Amino acid sequence: MERLRKYGFVAGFLVVPLALYSVFVISPYVQAFQLSLTSWNGYSSIVRYVGLDNFGRLFDDEVFWQALRNHGIMLLVLPIATIVIALFLSFLLNLGGGTRGAGMSGVWGSKFYRVVFFFPQVLAVAVVGVLFQAVYRPDADGVINGVLARFGAEPVGWLTEPGLALWSIIAVMIWQGVGFYVVLFSAGMAAIPKDYFEAAALDGAGRVRLFFSITLPLLRDTIQVGWIYLGIAAFDGFALVQVLAGDKGEPDGATTILPVTIYKTAFAYNKVGYASAMGVALFFLTVTFAVLTLRTTRRERVEL
Amino acid sequence: MTPPGEITRRQLLRRLGMTAFVAGPGAGLLSACATAGAGGEPSAAPSITASADTRNPFGVDPKKPLEVVIFSGGYGDAYAKDLHEELYKKEFPGVSVKHNATQQIGTQLRPRFAGGDVPDVLNNSGPDSMDLAALAAENHLADLTVLFDAPSIDDPAKKIRDTVTPAVIDNAKINGKDLVLNYTVSHRALWYNAKLFAAKGWSLPRTWAEFTALGDTAKQEGILLFAYPGQKGPYYQLWNVLYTAAKIGGNQVIIDIDNLVDNAWNAEPMKQAVTAWVDIQAKYGDKAYFGLDHTQTQVKQLQNKLLFYPVGSWVENEMAKDKPDDFEYAIAPIPDVTAADKMPYGAIQVGVGENFVVAAKGKNPQGGLEYLRIMLSKEGARGFTEKTENLTVVNGAAAGLDLPAGLMSAAKAQDAAGQNIITDARFEGWYKELFDYGTQQINVVMAGRITPDKFCANMQKKADEIKKDDAVAKQTRSQ
Repeated sequence: MERLRKYGFVAGFLVVPLALYSVFVISPYVQAFQLSLTSWNGYSSIVRYVGLDNFGRLFDDEVFWQALRNHGIMLLVLPIATIVIALFLSFLLNLGGGTRGAGMSGVWGSKFYRVVFFFPQVLAVAVVGVLFQAVYRPDADGVINGVLARFGAEPVGWLTEPGLALWSIIAVMIWQGVGFYVVLFSAGMAAIPKDYFEAAALDGAGRVRLFFSITLPLLRDTIQVGWIYLGIAAFDGFALVQVLAGDKGEPDGATTILPVTIYKTAFAYNKVGYASAMGVALFFLTVTFAVLTLRTTRRERVEL
Repeated sequence: MTPPGEITRRQLLRRLGMTAFVAGPGAGLLSACATAGAGGEPSAAPSITASADTRNPFGVDPKKPLEVVIFSGGYGDAYAKDLHEELYKKEFPGVSVKHNATQQIGTQLRPRFAGGDVPDVLNNSGPDSMDLAALAAENHLADLTVLFDAPSIDDPAKKIRDTVTPAVIDNAKINGKDLVLNYTVSHRALWYNAKLFAAKGWSLPRTWAEFTALGDTAKQEGILLFAYPGQKGPYYQLWNVLYTAAKIGGNQVIIDIDNLVDNAWNAEPMKQAVTAWVDIQAKYGDKAYFGLDHTQTQVKQLQNKLLFYPVGSWVENEMAKDKPDDFEYAIAPIPDVTAADKMPYGAIQVGVGENFVVAAKGKNPQGGLEYLRIMLSKEGARGFTEKTENLTVVNGAAAGLDLPAGLMSAAKAQDAAGQNIITDARFEGWYKELFDYGTQQINVVMAGRITPDKFCANMQKKADEIKKDDAVAKQTRSQ
């Protein structure tokens, strides 16, 4: 009875958010699972169930595998690059100045830099896309190619060369993401007691040693969170790819990603059932990634 | 460790979640799914018969409101708002007309069609346009036969069918029924600056040898012979290649492709056409254009940085604001590729376009038909041409109008072509997946990353997949 009252109290608070979550998050997912078993075209009132046919088709679908390969590359590069750069920058901003006066401090002007780094995060993805269209423009009117042209170099097709296009887009994602993780890691670093650094510094530890022996181990949880966020971001990229590469997966499918493929399959080709099957596959890929990351990086928490 | 029997926080959350989902909204939602609830065959549309009343042949209820949805793209929406709807109101004084202009046709209307609340007249266009074959399969589109057989507003003795370009009737058909009104006429071939040619003393190339010779001359002046926009408009070049193939091998090449005939893409004229254009790109092109969109490319042409641009007659109106005085749009036919092209020099593509449909299950299908009849009157068509500088399918409606130079040039080219009109490729609307794949592959082949043979083989493979795919409704054409 006692227990019931206790949990009833907790449950009372949870009912409303859970109900909202069920309606707006879980129910569309359930619908997608249901639709993935049909050949619905989005218009008809008759829905034909085709069982697992759609999933069978996925296995033979070149575009699907191409998209998975691209997500694989993004999954490898995006989190590592973003986290390394963000860690480096936030270390400089918070502790890179060494011991000055009573505690550790960042490099000169770090408050200003922190705001500047956060700028890209504030911009809408569509705006970033349009911005980088100008940056990557393939003739001498492009920002990068304009500079290259001054040195007499041939203009580079950043978004039209199959070997470059995906990397160009990943670079934009990193550029946009770093600011957020700088702030996240800065908060993490601020939570590390300053005496650790001071004690280590008194013992003669340099900045590199401070970073690898103290900052990194104590930031573990924060980095893990960042890793999962970025991994999930690597499964997305819809707006950016849509604006920068067009929706044709050009060139040669080098920038084909699942969300764009799903969108096209559902709304341009009217294969809502098949698109839902892709959505279900994407759902499991994302969940698998999150679970695997949590499992493999699980470790005893360091108590501060 | 959790003592046995003690419920953990995580378990509590999990159980709560499940209960809320199963007992709460979940149960109701499943039945409210987009797909559930409805069932059975799509309901039939009410049919409309025409009466002998030439003023009001469809029996429009003059008090019933009318809703018109216009794709607000290159033509804008003023032609509907300030002209056709006003004419409709004049005919039925006091009637209310709801005007709705959007660029997101599909996003706005797909749910409305699924829910049964449809507009009466729909201009289905743009990148987000809807699949008309799918709508037709659901009996959502009103049969326009009654419209084509109705008396023309200008001359009640004549049927509307006899006042428009015959291609309107050919292109109206989906599954053999007249369901779509194509309203505009456009001319597609190569567009160039007539004033530049006059200033340089160049004449239009009639053969491929003359074409490449002009390319060499232009190169010395720092001008590209040819370019198309690879980022947003690779389909311009796909059209260009298809029309070139038809020029070499006759319209049957395109008709076979549309009908998904075995090995249609591997036909010799198709290979020759792709090869010819890939060579042009390799020798006279600039790969930077693969990353430019249509506006950027068209601005480059206005700056005389490229000679020929494969597009349709809408380009003149599209660029009207940016066009300098020393630029005058004119159309050039595709030069002869071989000495034995099936179609003689001068053949250009003349196509009907801009789809209008009437919703069969709307509130006022009679009003919708009458609205289209007004659009097909001389006054409605002439006004459209004045407002958009584009021609309509209504014969003679533009007579006496002061047309812009490019449009005049297109009209002249059409006269010169006579019967040698290249047909349009309809798989663009029928099998969007194949067309999209083509627009992607054309960039790949033009960039030289695959051979023309491989391009044709890839397209054939995709066409075969579409042919086998039961989920795609098949269409055929005879001419």
